[in-house]
Amino acid sequence: MRSGTFGIVRNLSKIFNQDVSLEIFRRMCLVRYFESGIIRAVKEGTFAYPLYLSSGQEAIAAAMSLVIPEFMIFAQHRCHATYLSFGGDPVKLREELFGLPGGTSGGRAGSNCIQCHENNIAMYGHHGLIGENVPLAVGAALGCGKPTVCFFGDGAAEEDYVFAAMGFAVSHKLPVLFVCEDNNLSILTTVDTRRSWSMTNVATALGMPGIDITDDPWTVFRRTQELKNNLPAFLNIYTCRANWHVGTGTDGPPEWDRYSMVKQELGKIGLEEQVQEIEKETQIQMEKLWDQEQLQILSGK
Amino acid sequence: MGPRTVADTIREITKRHLTQNNGLLLGESISAVGWVNNTVPNCPGIVELPMTDVAGAGIAVGTALVGRRPIFVIRFQDFLILNGSPLIFYAAKVKELHGKSAPVFVRAIAAEGLGPVHSGILHSIFMHFPGFRVCSPMTPKEYEEIWEDFMTNDVPMIVSEHRMSYSNTQEMKDVIVENADITLYAISSVRFEVIKATEMLKRDGIKCNIVHIVWLKPFAITNRLIEPLLQSKRGIVIDPGHEIAGASQSIAYELNQATGCSVKALGLYDRTKCLCPPFQNKAPDAGRICETAKEVLQNERNLVVA
Repeated sequence: MRSGTFGIVRNLSKIFNQDVSLEIFRRMCLVRYFESGIIRAVKEGTFAYPLYLSSGQEAIAAAMSLVIPEFMIFAQHRCHATYLSFGGDPVKLREELFGLPGGTSGGRAGSNCIQCHENNIAMYGHHGLIGENVPLAVGAALGCGKPTVCFFGDGAAEEDYVFAAMGFAVSHKLPVLFVCEDNNLSILTTVDTRRSWSMTNVATALGMPGIDITDDPWTVFRRTQELKNNLPAFLNIYTCRANWHVGTGTDGPPEWDRYSMVKQELGKIGLEEQVQEIEKETQIQMEKLWDQEQLQILSGK
Repeated sequence: MGPRTVADTIREITKRHLTQNNGLLLGESISAVGWVNNTVPNCPGIVELPMTDVAGAGIAVGTALVGRRPIFVIRFQDFLILNGSPLIFYAAKVKELHGKSAPVFVRAIAAEGLGPVHSGILHSIFMHFPGFRVCSPMTPKEYEEIWEDFMTNDVPMIVSEHRMSYSNTQEMKDVIVENADITLYAISSVRFEVIKATEMLKRDGIKCNIVHIVWLKPFAITNRLIEPLLQSKRGIVIDPGHEIAGASQSIAYELNQATGCSVKALGLYDRTKCLCPPFQNKAPDAGRICETAKEVLQNERNLVVA
């Protein structure tokens, strides 16, 4: 069932507005090159704190942020992509990772607790207990009635309080989009080792729409559009993290590389030149952000 | 209509909050028999939670994050064990970590004599974690004051209530006597027992100061707290919770450090509270408080003789 093509709506990229397709890629690119800077900085010994990278999973937030930019956001611990795609300032994220006062939480929270409350973004920081953000998101939606998106992983989906909160959202017809970023791994333990049931079946049994798809951004975009006015709803999105659960190393090649697949697809529809331009531009911006001399000043080394 | 009880006070505060402040009240089985000992009004703004403690507490904290200042009712303090996770790991941390706030007013209700899972006093656990204000009001005025405190602060508050207080109409003032032999510091339901114990000890020729403790955290050392102890030279802190690593030991330590006087802690024995006598492990009653006070005084006399 799990694959890089599961649930894809075929040929969507061909009928999509090209500016939207390129904007999705721009956001993916931002995450990828931001985190490339982190990886380089770690190699150079600049970092002392734990890091949870989003690379490999960036297509989900990149696509969704274009469909539901006004939603309140309850992110999971792997949240750099969410923060950057929904419009968070990369400088503040970098500062937070260094534990500096200019960071998203004044340098007190770190990589897995990123928040953003500026530029019309309401993103609440995670505190590290997986799935804790699901009841919080439901409570926030109950409290203010605003549409809310809640991201969590396939491991968090197994927490009992996640089901209970989703059930409450159905009972009270709350406008929450639950998104499981299903990378198949709880640290390194795969879903099939941990359980025999599907979270999507649980969601539909609770009485909300539930769909399994892969992280093809055009499909994510389309499904989010369909569900955003039919909440609460659940999307289980198969994806692959490129790096360790925590840290910048890799566990071997990912099952699929969505970033390259999207680039290839954009090339097929005649956008190769624009893609190269976006990549180059983003690379320059991020290299400047992660400039070695500046990092040494920031880290006090 | 008779004098206003603690239950009346809680009900009136709640009604005001729900009808005038855009507040919410969340909890399990709120409208069931007796509306939580007649402390909850029947009015809009009440959210009946399903029987899902961890998620329920998380939902309450979520409403606090968006400014609803929820009253979160926990019918028995023992259930704080399950409900504690979102309170401890999120509500209490969010201000220090993120500069945001999740002010949730947790009505944690204690009882006595209802067995191993309905008689617990768990306020000590919440004193341990940063980010909470913890109090235990037992009179109408005290309840008004802690509510005012909640509404003028932006941190979560654990309110350790006790069913024994609900019918109380009386304010409880400190009792300071000349040449007292000992100062008794009382918390929560044992405040009622300490008053009885003082009368019993008086008949035996032992004079006691009584100091009532409402605020467990922050616990501020004030002249009101230490002057009676400096005069009597010895004291006991009495709490209906477990003694080991509990409020009684913690506060006894604080008082000892502030004054150099000997201060003993008195709370529950290190045993489970069971349903039936003699295994109930009840909160220290007047008899046990008297015995302990006499022991403290006798030990001191023995030391002087030695």
